Amino acid sequence: MTTASPALRPVRNERDRKHRSPLQRWYRNHEAWVLGASGVIGFLLLWELGSRSGVVDQFFFSKPTDIASAAVREVQLARFWNDVKVSVWEFVTGYTLAVITAIPLGLIIGWYRRLSYMIDPWLNLFNSLPRIALIPLLVLWVGLGVESKIAVVFLGAFFSIIIPTVQGVRTVDRRLLDVAKSFGASQRLTFTSVVGPATVPFITTGLRLGIGRALIGVIVGEIYAQTSGLGVLIVRANENIQPDRMFFGVLIFTFSGILGVAALRRVEHYFDRWRPVSEER
Amino acid sequence: MTEQALALRATGVRMEYRDPATRERLTAIERMDIEIPEGEFVSIVGPSGCGKSTFLKIVNGLLPATEGEIEIKHSKGGSDHAMVFQDSSLFPWYSVQRNVAYGLACRGVKRKEAFARALPFIKLVGLEGFESKYPYQLSGGMQQRANLARALTVDPELLLMDEPFAALDAQTRELMQVELIRIWSEAQKTVLFITHQIDEAIFLSDRVIVMSARPGRILADITIELPRPRDLDIKRTPRFVEYEEQIWRLISKQLSVGPEAAA
Ligand SMILES: Nc1ncnc2c1ncn2[C@@H]1O[C@H](COP(=O)(O)OP(=O)(O)OP(=O)(O)O)[C@@H](O)[C@H]1O
Ligand SMILES: [Mg+2]
Repeated sequence: MTTASPALRPVRNERDRKHRSPLQRWYRNHEAWVLGASGVIGFLLLWELGSRSGVVDQFFFSKPTDIASAAVREVQLARFWNDVKVSVWEFVTGYTLAVITAIPLGLIIGWYRRLSYMIDPWLNLFNSLPRIALIPLLVLWVGLGVESKIAVVFLGAFFSIIIPTVQGVRTVDRRLLDVAKSFGASQRLTFTSVVGPATVPFITTGLRLGIGRALIGVIVGEIYAQTSGLGVLIVRANENIQPDRMFFGVLIFTFSGILGVAALRRVEHYFDRWRPVSEER
Repeated sequence: MTEQALALRATGVRMEYRDPATRERLTAIERMDIEIPEGEFVSIVGPSGCGKSTFLKIVNGLLPATEGEIEIKHSKGGSDHAMVFQDSSLFPWYSVQRNVAYGLACRGVKRKEAFARALPFIKLVGLEGFESKYPYQLSGGMQQRANLARALTVDPELLLMDEPFAALDAQTRELMQVELIRIWSEAQKTVLFITHQIDEAIFLSDRVIVMSARPGRILADITIELPRPRDLDIKRTPRFVEYEEQIWRLISKQLSVGPEAAA
């Protein structure tokens, strides 16, 4: 029975999907992206305007349009691409070496309690040691060439990956290990079915931290040894008082970091598909 | 009549946990002596914390007993024993089917074959259509059924079950009880079953072992002389209710005058 009752009104939620225009809907789906982009654009605009009006000292801070034209000039130089090649090579080699050594070692150290007792002091020591202080020593050992920088990158990434990995193995759920043992799983199966998957979030955290550390390694190594690479570009620009070029160099590192982390997110997502989806949407 | 072959013999099992921080010792099990003939269904009931799970873990080889000995019949085809754990212990990163097939994978069965052999058991516990779901997509009761299927898949000689139906609603629970009896009588397995539910223990078992409060020991070993096959109606018969009262009296006495009743 449907009698018209003036006292009753339909509940209307202002976020009701039906009452949204297509534009509103598009905005809702891309809200994070839109707000993030407008934040960046707003900042760049303020910077530009501040610079032009003299509120911000151009001599120290340059301005976005100058940085853009410096970028256009740079990418036409063969030297620039050589710098990029050197830096990328240092990063990729050092980081990859760190990944393929730190993850297996971390798993093993975390698994064998006695081994970890022996190695823990060293891990802590190296992790709290400012690795920059090691650079002169590394240069002494392997020279000013690309090897010393790879070593710095490696050291930076290695410890940021291995420490969470060890931590991850140690915190594996006891009950799941019991299940594996109860069914007579081999050591190897226990690793691939329990320890590995349980440690993945720790490893990806380490990989993410490692990207930052490795990038720092590239810059610091290059600034110290000053042969070639993007770090050298930054130093030279600074010496020649070219803030626009310098900012361009810094931006390259920043974006590499952002891209690397985004790529890792994807990998993480793949490994985490068994997890309940969080309240992201 | 010749002496019946045993599936399990526990002699003088005693268990002390040691707290690594305080170095204090806690006696979980004072003494357990149990003999279970092949094919028998035996339940253990007792107050919470009396060492039931601990005993099962010792039988399962997960914990070394402080004292005593466990002997188990060796299986020719399948596993010697398999455990249905108390809390949901599915691998969250594996699908239902891969979880159920896990015991087979442990025995070296190839993935494809293990998956195929898991299917009938998934069906048996009523999880058809959920093979590729992850545990978080299952209700608590469904997870527990997958847990049961995983243990059944390895065709164990001795099935150890730690409150497998505790998370189920009353109706599903009764269905699963009937189902378990059916599986048990078909497969001729020996079952050691732990439960808090007295009626569940009586309904399922040939024998019910009543344990004291911690430190656990055997208070009574009651043979349930109810005819089989049993259906749920038997729970309303006077004989059944008598057993219930008998066991309830034993346990409730423990609850009020147990040595550490307040703990
Ligand atoms: N890993 C452990 N370390 C130390 N003490 C433990 C451990 N596991 C259990 N205990 C102790 O041993 C006693 C028996 O525990 P257990 O889990 O066997 O009880 P239970 O009979 O299964 O209880 P419930 O019916 O609540 O599951 C408890 O008092 C508990 O505190
Ligand atoms: Mg228990």
